[in-house]
Amino acid sequence: MTNDRHGGVGSSADAPSVSPAIQLVDIVKRFPGVVANDGVNMTVRHGTIHALIGENGAGKSTVMKILYGAQRPDEGHIIVNGTETHFKSPKDAIALGIGMVFQHFMLADNLTVWENVVLGAEPGKSWRMDENAARTRIEELSKANGLGVDPEAFVSELGVGERQRVEILKVLYRGAQIIILDEPTAVLVPQEVDELFQSLRELTAQGVTIVFISHKLDEVLAIADDITVIRAGKTVASGVRPAEVTARDLAELMVGSELPSPETRTSTVTDVVALELDGVTLAGGNDAAKKPAHTAVGAGAVSTGRLALDHITLKVHKGQIVGIAGVEGNGQTELLETIIGMRTPTSGRILLAGDDLSDDNTRVRRERGMAYIPEDRQRDGLMLSSPLWENVMLGYQSLAPFSKGPWMDKAAGRARADAVVKNFDVRTPGIDTMALALSGGNQQKFIVGREMLSNPSVLVAAHPTRGIDVGAQAAVWDAIRDARETGLAVLLVSADLDELIGLSDILLVMLRGRIVARLNPATVTKSELGQYMTGAKVAEEAA
Amino acid sequence: MNRQKTFYSFAAPIAALLMALFVTSLALLAGGHNPLVAFQKMVHYAGSVDSLVVVLNKSIPLFIAGLAVAVGFKMNLFNIGVEGQYRLAAIVAAAAGAAVHLPAPLHVAFILLVAMCVGAFWAGIAGVLKVTRNVNEVVATIMLNGVALGIIGVLLGWKPVATLQGAFRSTRPLDKSAWMPTFNKLFGLNKSITDSYGFIVIAAIVGVIVHILFTRTRFGFDLKASGMNPGAARASGVNPKAMVIRTMLISGALAGLIGMSIVLNQEHRFTQEFPQQLGFGGIAVALVGRQKVGGIALAAMLFALIARVSQVLPEPPLRAPKEVGTIMQGTMILSAVIAYEVVRRRAEAAAVKHAAEVTAAAHVGVLS
Repeated sequence: MTNDRHGGVGSSADAPSVSPAIQLVDIVKRFPGVVANDGVNMTVRHGTIHALIGENGAGKSTVMKILYGAQRPDEGHIIVNGTETHFKSPKDAIALGIGMVFQHFMLADNLTVWENVVLGAEPGKSWRMDENAARTRIEELSKANGLGVDPEAFVSELGVGERQRVEILKVLYRGAQIIILDEPTAVLVPQEVDELFQSLRELTAQGVTIVFISHKLDEVLAIADDITVIRAGKTVASGVRPAEVTARDLAELMVGSELPSPETRTSTVTDVVALELDGVTLAGGNDAAKKPAHTAVGAGAVSTGRLALDHITLKVHKGQIVGIAGVEGNGQTELLETIIGMRTPTSGRILLAGDDLSDDNTRVRRERGMAYIPEDRQRDGLMLSSPLWENVMLGYQSLAPFSKGPWMDKAAGRARADAVVKNFDVRTPGIDTMALALSGGNQQKFIVGREMLSNPSVLVAAHPTRGIDVGAQAAVWDAIRDARETGLAVLLVSADLDELIGLSDILLVMLRGRIVARLNPATVTKSELGQYMTGAKVAEEAA
Repeated sequence: MNRQKTFYSFAAPIAALLMALFVTSLALLAGGHNPLVAFQKMVHYAGSVDSLVVVLNKSIPLFIAGLAVAVGFKMNLFNIGVEGQYRLAAIVAAAAGAAVHLPAPLHVAFILLVAMCVGAFWAGIAGVLKVTRNVNEVVATIMLNGVALGIIGVLLGWKPVATLQGAFRSTRPLDKSAWMPTFNKLFGLNKSITDSYGFIVIAAIVGVIVHILFTRTRFGFDLKASGMNPGAARASGVNPKAMVIRTMLISGALAGLIGMSIVLNQEHRFTQEFPQQLGFGGIAVALVGRQKVGGIALAAMLFALIARVSQVLPEPPLRAPKEVGTIMQGTMILSAVIAYEVVRRRAEAAAVKHAAEVTAAAHVGVLS
């Protein structure tokens, strides 16, 4: 059944007695002054994977909120399994078997998987939890749906892919038969995406219906049975079969223009070394020993006692972009954090423009021209409840024009915030808005803008375009390319292989804390890269 | 948007005050007292020059204690040891001040300096323990409070420092050169009631300095960033260990000033009966004042006012216990903390909604 997905779909579509899992008819949702949804129509067939795609701000999240009961439509009908329904709250939606998996996981790190799953829906009498019932149920669910997570594992030990499966388990445990996934692949690397898709197919084989929200078109084409495209709050295409369209068609439907490409045109690499790492080694501490998310890699890796970084030696020249590829958890995070000075290497040297900065702290490195786009923008990049004009100074608070001696210059912060908002198309009511009010994509654009406008000599960037839409992605790529032309040295970690191959002048592959391959992005293919990343293929020079 | 902001910043304290009045009324009713009569008497009692002066005097140490606590709170550092720091600072400064003879302004400055250094030193111990040995500062400062009490006991029993004066042991009295001037003339005060402490000027200057520190300096920015998001602060170049030490030193130095209005304006020595609990009062004042200098000043005055007016409760015909005032203060703290959190969430939700609307509007605008 799993392998015969389209057969299964055909049979359910052919049987007229089965009503669609979800039907949205002419949904209209107005907010004061704006219509977020203006005629959304969508039919999700039972037991299928239905992709909902559209640009940021097209109204996807409003549709999603209406679907799981967080918002009520002003007009239109929601029909679940053939019955018209009116949700008052997410409780009503879950009672009808509709569950939601958010992009940002909501798990308690210091609890085990099964504890997280039952949290808030504990079995047993009101005063005593029936632990065994919970464990048995979770193991059954996990097995039946091929989710394969150990109920006794602590969430803190899990990789991103496994955490996501725990989130899916959570909604299944609450009886969901229709699962909404909000950009589930945004946080995953290719191998994890494959695993997720495998799980999703097994879920549909069990009769679960999946609504999959995304703007990654390749993935949508790979996984979806049907596609609904919305633009500016309206359904512009529905019931599209992936076999009938190309990514380019979908992109045109979404934005009305061609997909931008991350390609870097001509080489601007100079022979001046901007950043040099010489044998940098970092012990694998507690947080560094995070299990690699991908089991194929994790199986081979000795996760305890191995080095987080093992004699990393590399050079980034002025005008060069060095891309780092690797399955998440193989030392990329540690590498960037060591370079910026948040971790202290056990041995090795870090040189900026020839000067040894190994013993200097983050502030000195920042002052010497290092910019940093962190992997987790909310954890390491923003003061969420501060306004943008304050956030723009974060990381540069000791530098002109923001500080004069011990004093801060608010006016300079406001001016820079205005420039970031304008040049990087940050959609915000103003620079007095708290950072938390911005959507994830706009937060990311803001951070990229902040770092780029600081005029750095070296940019250390993790996933600079994660979670932002097609147009904004192109703007970020342009900004990085333009800065590269004027001599910026970039060390780029990304899970987006197109981005890596397109932007980089040279590609390094990290596996278990080591650089295992140096590849030419002009000749390497994605699948070849994937093989190096998982260790299936080993470069002769590194072996 | 601005009107909304103003509404939010006033809604919480007013809600907290109403809640406090409500619970206090229940307490009075339970004791068989008429709350309306009680409140009326309290308001009446508050409206005298004497009350004004007492409230201002009493609010000085609370205000400074609030500042000392707030500096730590800003970066989620809980200096529970303000209590021990100010008492230790007060006795050492009073003893040192009695041992030297200097011209007036220098003498006062010397005593203040000693007090700040002792406070900073005592708080610094907790900071160093946290940074080097990862000892939680709450535990360390509570323990240090106990140690400070012990040291004060020893010092009071030590001849060169303290003598028996009347019924109490106390440090030797300060020279007149170390007495802060008063505002008695301004208020037309009769000497027999109470002095109006001139130390309030120093408290105000300290308040302005702390306000500037919070809002205008890079230290203030680093402090705020560390409190809001330690990860982002670290990535931005803030050295968390150095921040812990600096913050504890500043908090302790401020704590050292708490007892100074009493030493310089009232007792002119440190006695066995030196006021206690001001450090814990500072925690309450910092919470209710939302760690902002202006808020802390208002909260300190409010707490001093409640303490003052509840003195009238035991008088006939009411004969209610004056501890009703403590109930009022306690309810204030609880409801303020809850109200601020509710308002903060509302304000954030409103900001998110507003941003989403503007963004959506811009997007639709672009496409149509």
